[in-house]
Amino acid sequence: MIPVDYYVALSAVLFSIGALGVLIRRNPLIIFMSIELMLNAANLAFVAFGRSHEIQTGEPFFGGQIFVFFVIAVAAAEVAVGLALIVEIFKTKKNINIDELNSLKG
Amino acid sequence: MTAMHFSETVTGGFFFLAPWLVFAPLTGLLINVIFGKRFNERTVGTIASLASGAAFVVSVLLAYSVSLNHGEVVRWRLAEWIHIGTLHLDWTFRIDSLSTTMMLVVSGVGTLIHIYAIGYMHEDVRFKHEEGRFNRFFIYLNLFIAAMMILVSGDSYMMLFVGWEGVGLCSFLLIGFWYEFDTLGRSSWANSNAAKKAFITNRVGDFGFLIAGFLMFWYLGSFQFDEVFAAVAAAPQEIIVAITIFMLIGVAGKSAQIPLYIWLPDAMAGPTPVSALIHAATMVTAGVYLITRSAPLYSSVPEAQYIVAMVGAITALFAATIAVGQYDIKKVLAYSTISQLGFMVAAVGMGAYVAGMFHLMTHAFFKALLFLSAGSVILGLERGHHAHAHHAAHDDHGKKKKEGKKKEEQHGHGDEDHGEVFDPGDMRNMGGLRKTMPVTFWLYIIGTLALAGIFPFAGFWSKDEILLDASLHYPAVYWLLTAAAFFTAFYMGRQIWMVFFGQARTDAAKHAEESPKVMTVPLMVLAVLSVVGGALNLPFEGFHNLGHWLGHTLGEVEGLPLNLQVAGISTALALIAILISWFLYGRNPLKTGQIDPLKKPLGFVFTGMENKWFVDEGYGVLIIKPFKWISQFLADVIDWRFWHDFVHETVILGAYNWISNSALNEYTDQKGIDAFANWLGTATQWISGLMRKVQNGFVRSYALSVLLGVVLILGYLIFK
Repeated sequence: MIPVDYYVALSAVLFSIGALGVLIRRNPLIIFMSIELMLNAANLAFVAFGRSHEIQTGEPFFGGQIFVFFVIAVAAAEVAVGLALIVEIFKTKKNINIDELNSLKG
Repeated sequence: MTAMHFSETVTGGFFFLAPWLVFAPLTGLLINVIFGKRFNERTVGTIASLASGAAFVVSVLLAYSVSLNHGEVVRWRLAEWIHIGTLHLDWTFRIDSLSTTMMLVVSGVGTLIHIYAIGYMHEDVRFKHEEGRFNRFFIYLNLFIAAMMILVSGDSYMMLFVGWEGVGLCSFLLIGFWYEFDTLGRSSWANSNAAKKAFITNRVGDFGFLIAGFLMFWYLGSFQFDEVFAAVAAAPQEIIVAITIFMLIGVAGKSAQIPLYIWLPDAMAGPTPVSALIHAATMVTAGVYLITRSAPLYSSVPEAQYIVAMVGAITALFAATIAVGQYDIKKVLAYSTISQLGFMVAAVGMGAYVAGMFHLMTHAFFKALLFLSAGSVILGLERGHHAHAHHAAHDDHGKKKKEGKKKEEQHGHGDEDHGEVFDPGDMRNMGGLRKTMPVTFWLYIIGTLALAGIFPFAGFWSKDEILLDASLHYPAVYWLLTAAAFFTAFYMGRQIWMVFFGQARTDAAKHAEESPKVMTVPLMVLAVLSVVGGALNLPFEGFHNLGHWLGHTLGEVEGLPLNLQVAGISTALALIAILISWFLYGRNPLKTGQIDPLKKPLGFVFTGMENKWFVDEGYGVLIIKPFKWISQFLADVIDWRFWHDFVHETVILGAYNWISNSALNEYTDQKGIDAFANWLGTATQWISGLMRKVQNGFVRSYALSVLLGVVLILGYLIFK
């Protein structure tokens, strides 16, 4: 049986990769993908901790999995809204380079 | 002090009328103040005369009531006045034989003068082209009567002082009645300067009166006459001397005695009825009344009495010598008044209060008569002058009259366009008036004989009584007064010869016209009084009426019998003086432009008399010049340079400027508060300049911030 630490480590690696992607990439589509990565890192952590809890107590526990479903649902909604925004931005600006979307600059 | 009964409750009589002594003239005054502009001259004059006449009627009724009351003092309390601490002063009228005597003189002579003034002022305002001022004259006259009534009827020194100041004010107002002219009607401040001189000189006297009042209250504890007199015996002698001497200063101011007499001759600037009423018959006798009223004070200190008597006697002689050298008809009478007041002051100083009051009354009659006749002479000359000028220049006269007022302001009197100013009061411009003004002439003769003390006129009896008292107790005073009586007869003789005899020396005198009846009838009344006034107090057993009457107030005095030696000497001297004056002025009447025949034999002595012994000049050098220098010094150096330039401008204004400009404005406001507020602004700008760099518009940098924030918070939560 694989210890929970491995899953958590993998989750952390995934989250870091996702965060790094958000910070350094300029294409919003890729940033969205990186956000998905971070969300899934979180999902992984939920599932891992939920299973670990089930093993420790010896009773069936679905809290982790249930939470993952919520996250997936929210992520899907977020992507729907986000992609719609990106399309609209592209329609007006003919460009979706995130660094050029700076009209809120102080 | 036989009659020291404080009967507050009145038993019968007309005592309840006492307030109307003051209210009657005040009513007349108010009517003329309010409606005078709408009334014609006759109505104004009648109202004023009736007001004064009402006061006379009240005086008669009061005198009658006093006699019914056997001469007892009645104090009629009108109102509460001043109640502070131990000072209890009420507005109380004191009705006794002395005050009613004064009331009768003041209101009686005053009423006659009111009537005379209707005629006099009618012409005077027209000669001066100021018809609108007729009303004002009678308002002032009524005010004077009211003030004089307060003076003589007051029951305390304070109430007397109120009247004392009131008559002083009226004197000032009436001397300066033609304030924008001089006595000849030219544009000048001479008349108003004369008014100021009278007022300021009287201030000096009032200062003495006030000091006497303060001492009186401090040491005798009251102002009320009876209380003061009752406290005299217990008070230290020196205090009484001080009070009486300070009071004498007040008397010298009001009654024109040495050294404060100098205002009275200048007071002749007022219209002639004023000279008669205020500066001869009534107001100037207030000092004599004051001493008589204060008889218990003076009688207790013979030293002070001696000083008073000597002041009076010296004044009598001194002023009489000046009168000899005067040319102005009113100036002669003014110095004569000073001289006669000297007689009265000497009399009351000697303790001969009855003689003093007697002379006060007869003098009021004959001096008012003389002054009013002099006014008649002056107006007669003025009429003659105008008639003559009119005759000479009747072509452009009408034109001139229209623009007279304007012309007057620019060139002086409108009628004096031929350069030379005509002085209707100068005796050298008169002569021969007995033919043109016969009524006035006879009236003047009666007044003169009364003043000169010729038997049997009023002045003979009163003057003789004073001389008799002096001869018994004060030989020095007797000789001074006898000499004064000699000069009196001389200058009056000189005046008669110069004014009425000889030939007219000017055209004006040639064309002089007699005065109307409204002026001469009051004079006839006064003339009758001047003839028979002596009957008030004849020096025969059983005829000392005035002495007996005043005895109710002053204590019974022995009535002196006629002393033929004293009476003979004074009458003989008077006759000799008149003879000498005839020898000098009557035998060879003065010609036009001729110098006074006394000038040659007397030389510099006459120059001294002519120039009033240079007293005014002496005062100028001794007092007025140093006074002006001190005022100048105080104004220039102390007030202007020290207070204004240094203290106010430099110290206070400088300090204020420094505080407001430097300390508050520059350092506190600009460099403190402003700087802090500006620093707040710049600091905010600087900080926001820094902060805006964070808002760079790069979404990724925002995301990084969020991440770092989350890391920080988590780190804190984990490692706390």
